[in-house]
Amino acid sequence: MSSIGTGYDLSVTTFSPDGRVFQIEYATKAVDNSGTVVGIKCKDGVVLGVEKLIPSKMLLEGSNRRIHAVHKHAGMAVAGLAADGRQIVARARSEASQYLSFYGEDIPIKELCDRVARYVHLCTLYWWLRPFGSATILGGYDRDGPQLYMIEPSGVAYRYFGAAIGKGRQAAKTAIEKLKLSEMTCREGILAVAKIIYEVHDEAKDKAFELELSWVCDESNKQHQRVPADLLEEAKAAAKAAKDALDEDEGMDAD
Amino acid sequence: MEPMAGGWMSAAHSMGTTILAVEYDEGVILGADSRTTTGVYVANRASDKITQLTDNVYICRSGSAADTQVVSDYVRYFLNQHTIQLGKEATVKTAANLVKELAYQNKSFLQAGMIVAGWDKYDGGSVYGIPLGGTLLRLPFSSGGSGSSYLYGFLDQAWRPNMSKDEAERFVVKSIALAIARDGASGGVVRTVTVNAHGVERNFFAGDKLPLFHEEISPGRNPLLA
Repeated sequence: MSSIGTGYDLSVTTFSPDGRVFQIEYATKAVDNSGTVVGIKCKDGVVLGVEKLIPSKMLLEGSNRRIHAVHKHAGMAVAGLAADGRQIVARARSEASQYLSFYGEDIPIKELCDRVARYVHLCTLYWWLRPFGSATILGGYDRDGPQLYMIEPSGVAYRYFGAAIGKGRQAAKTAIEKLKLSEMTCREGILAVAKIIYEVHDEAKDKAFELELSWVCDESNKQHQRVPADLLEEAKAAAKAAKDALDEDEGMDAD
Repeated sequence: MEPMAGGWMSAAHSMGTTILAVEYDEGVILGADSRTTTGVYVANRASDKITQLTDNVYICRSGSAADTQVVSDYVRYFLNQHTIQLGKEATVKTAANLVKELAYQNKSFLQAGMIVAGWDKYDGGSVYGIPLGGTLLRLPFSSGGSGSSYLYGFLDQAWRPNMSKDEAERFVVKSIALAIARDGASGGVVRTVTVNAHGVERNFFAGDKLPLFHEEISPGRNPLLA
């Protein structure tokens, strides 16, 4: 499955003969094994959704949040090592508020992404630091409209219409590609994201999970916020129903 | 009256000054006198106190000439980098914030009263006053310099929102001329800069182009011309 570094993978400051930095690739593995995180850009905003896997029944519902507010107009969803993700979010918050303090205006989302990516990349340049074991999906709304970015552990960042990371990313990406995002509002987007997350959740391998949804759109007054409770319930119910219907169909086929 | 001390030759350049910026219907007009003094000696009688920060933002400078020049240079440098990074022109608010940051953080070293004004597509014409301590205040019009003391009442009474370009320019020139008439540290010509969506226009009013007030004698024939 994975290629063996054999000596070229001991330090993030070592290249392999074929030009790879294995430590960064291993960091990406940490992201690949975490719960799925999905982000889509609809015509009037951005929706972020997380499949928050619950390892123990003793955890309080709503704790260990994976979606964080970065600024009034921007939020981040984290996949991979939770503690690493927390650092990245802290840095993003700091960049956003310093920018406001210095320039008197809210940080443009592209600039915020740039700053975070630069920081994540910085931590891949020194032998006495390890790369961040988490990737983040950044969603925001500024003067140029709603935007969605993803920052990987290597420090690479791209702008997306739809992005997915974590365990179910392949299936999620396939499902996102089927959506007509440019015609969708965020209200519809919420239902779509919830459906996708329920769909990619593997009942057999992972037990329970909690769905976290957030949006930043015209309806939320261009502010990043958790999706209101009633809409969240509506999305969960619709997603569950869709999943059950799908299971039924599969059951019938097997018979 | 005590005789002039020799100190006037080595005193720091100060811009006694009257500076003014007003919002009008399509943008802003900045205005200033042109007298720079070292003590009582007029070092420059035709100076330009309105300096460019970006294509769409200008600054009026009063107080220490050196201080305001250095602040303008720094802000122009920061804004240039910011514009490149941002990919579009900087806003007036950002320019004003940078000037404020320098003025406030270095308040014990600087003697600089400035007015930042310009046009951008988000807020239209904007005027920001940044007086000595480093306060930042957006206003429909703002004045500064030693000559501005004589203008407060006049500006409060005569300014109206949404003036046309000609009205606003006449208003600015009249105000500066009034201040020049009463303030010894202000004089020379009146320079104006108009900034709006279409671009920037500079103007210059001297001698007989300036309005006359109570007991002022008209310039008349120039005795130097035969």
